[in-house]
Amino acid sequence: MSLLKVEGLGKSYTADKQILKNIHFEIKAGELVSIIGPSGAGKSTLLRCINRMVEFNEGKIIFNNHDVGSLNKKELRNLRANIGMVFQHYNLVPRLTVIENVLHGRFGYKTTLQGLLGRYTEEEKVHAFHLLEKLGIHEHAYKRCDQLSGGQQQRVGICRALIQEPKLILCDEPIASLDPSSSKIIMDLLKSISTEMGITCLVNLHQVDVAQHYSDRIIGLNKGEIVSNGTSRELSEQQINKIYGTKTEDLITA
Amino acid sequence: MNEKTLRKNRWQTVILLLIIIVLTYVSSAITSFNFVDGLVTIPKAIGWMFSNLMVTQETLDKLPTILEKLAETTFMSIAATTIAAVVSLFLGVFGSKTTKVNNFLSVFARFIASVSRNIPVVAWSLVLLLSFGQNSVTGFLALFVGTVGFLTRAFIESIDEASQSSVEALTATGATYFQIVGKAVIPQCLPQMISWVLFMVETNIRNATLVGILTGTGIGYTFDMYYKMLNYNAVALVTLCIVITVIIVDLMSNYVRKVIL
Repeated sequence: MSLLKVEGLGKSYTADKQILKNIHFEIKAGELVSIIGPSGAGKSTLLRCINRMVEFNEGKIIFNNHDVGSLNKKELRNLRANIGMVFQHYNLVPRLTVIENVLHGRFGYKTTLQGLLGRYTEEEKVHAFHLLEKLGIHEHAYKRCDQLSGGQQQRVGICRALIQEPKLILCDEPIASLDPSSSKIIMDLLKSISTEMGITCLVNLHQVDVAQHYSDRIIGLNKGEIVSNGTSRELSEQQINKIYGTKTEDLITA
Repeated sequence: MNEKTLRKNRWQTVILLLIIIVLTYVSSAITSFNFVDGLVTIPKAIGWMFSNLMVTQETLDKLPTILEKLAETTFMSIAATTIAAVVSLFLGVFGSKTTKVNNFLSVFARFIASVSRNIPVVAWSLVLLLSFGQNSVTGFLALFVGTVGFLTRAFIESIDEASQSSVEALTATGATYFQIVGKAVIPQCLPQMISWVLFMVETNIRNATLVGILTGTGIGYTFDMYYKMLNYNAVALVTLCIVITVIIVDLMSNYVRKVIL
């Protein structure tokens, strides 16, 4: 039974240029799937179509047996609460504390007034601290986010996604602005989230070797079309050429 | 950049300077303003100021009335600014690209801001004087309208600049519009907004004198009255009081700014 099913997805901002063309894929619960491809291939747009941060023009997305395209406002809010999102630039509120930023993840389950007044239940707060501890940043809980390093901020971003108790986490180039050691911490975390907590992860990546090392499956995207889709072992030189339009020797790997 | 473009840039500067000089000459010729004549009168003006604009012992008797009017004017400007800030907050949120509700409201907010900003406070006071008459409400409204225009503009820019990314993140968690505005946008922009409001308080206390002269209220009226009675000593005292007040407010708001930023 697949958690996410994308059928014939198409997206264009202007009539003459299609960002995404006829995208088909399925993702099972608990999988970690990477999307690789050159800049401008449509990776970010594809990710944002799934929680309708971007409205798509054609095709169908089925998430958890719901047709994403036909949801009304309230159902869409519910869908977004069930899908966490992690960003390249962390997208935290820099002037607020770590714990406040983590608790922002609960807004999808609250009424407007509860959210505005910051009425969080005792369990939510305990859960937030538990997550921070698990990700090793609990001693920074009361610090402002702009005092943290990039890797620490990204872990706060992941905590914010996890506290939503999502079924799926979308990661838009989560390690693109991090140094190698922070990148490893973040990717290890995402891996354990998918294996131990059973939360499906869909990750946009720039690094082919990282994708091969961590993911169960790799989807290759070029000019808005899927050019390869298979397990990371199946990803051949030939397919990499097709995705990036160059030979593997011309790419920075390792 | 090669040699050719460098030479071209140098010529552009020379031509620009020439244009400015010609413009200055032409406009002073048209208005028959003579720069040298103007310079010559400066020592005379300073001499007059020193002989007439002196605070004397007997004008100090008027100090209580002046201070009372000054306090009234100061508090009126503060009230006009803070109330305008509340209105501008809403207009700013609706007008900003990241937090707009719909295009109509966004254009509407920008329109209000631009109309009230581009008509000078002086013009507003005279227009409002016709409809509201000579009282402090007129002065209050004139400052209020001008401030709404300026602050809305400033708030729109602060919001656009500061909160794009966190708005996206909170939208993705399923947060509602007001949750996003209240918990991501406002906390992020608050220091800048307070800084703008303080700036407007300072400006408005200065403007209030002029508005008062035009609408016949507050310290501006007191100034105008003594001036027309040729009581220049009292005029000097009023001016001194205004200057001291503005300096005190400046110092206080600079301190507040340092603490919050």
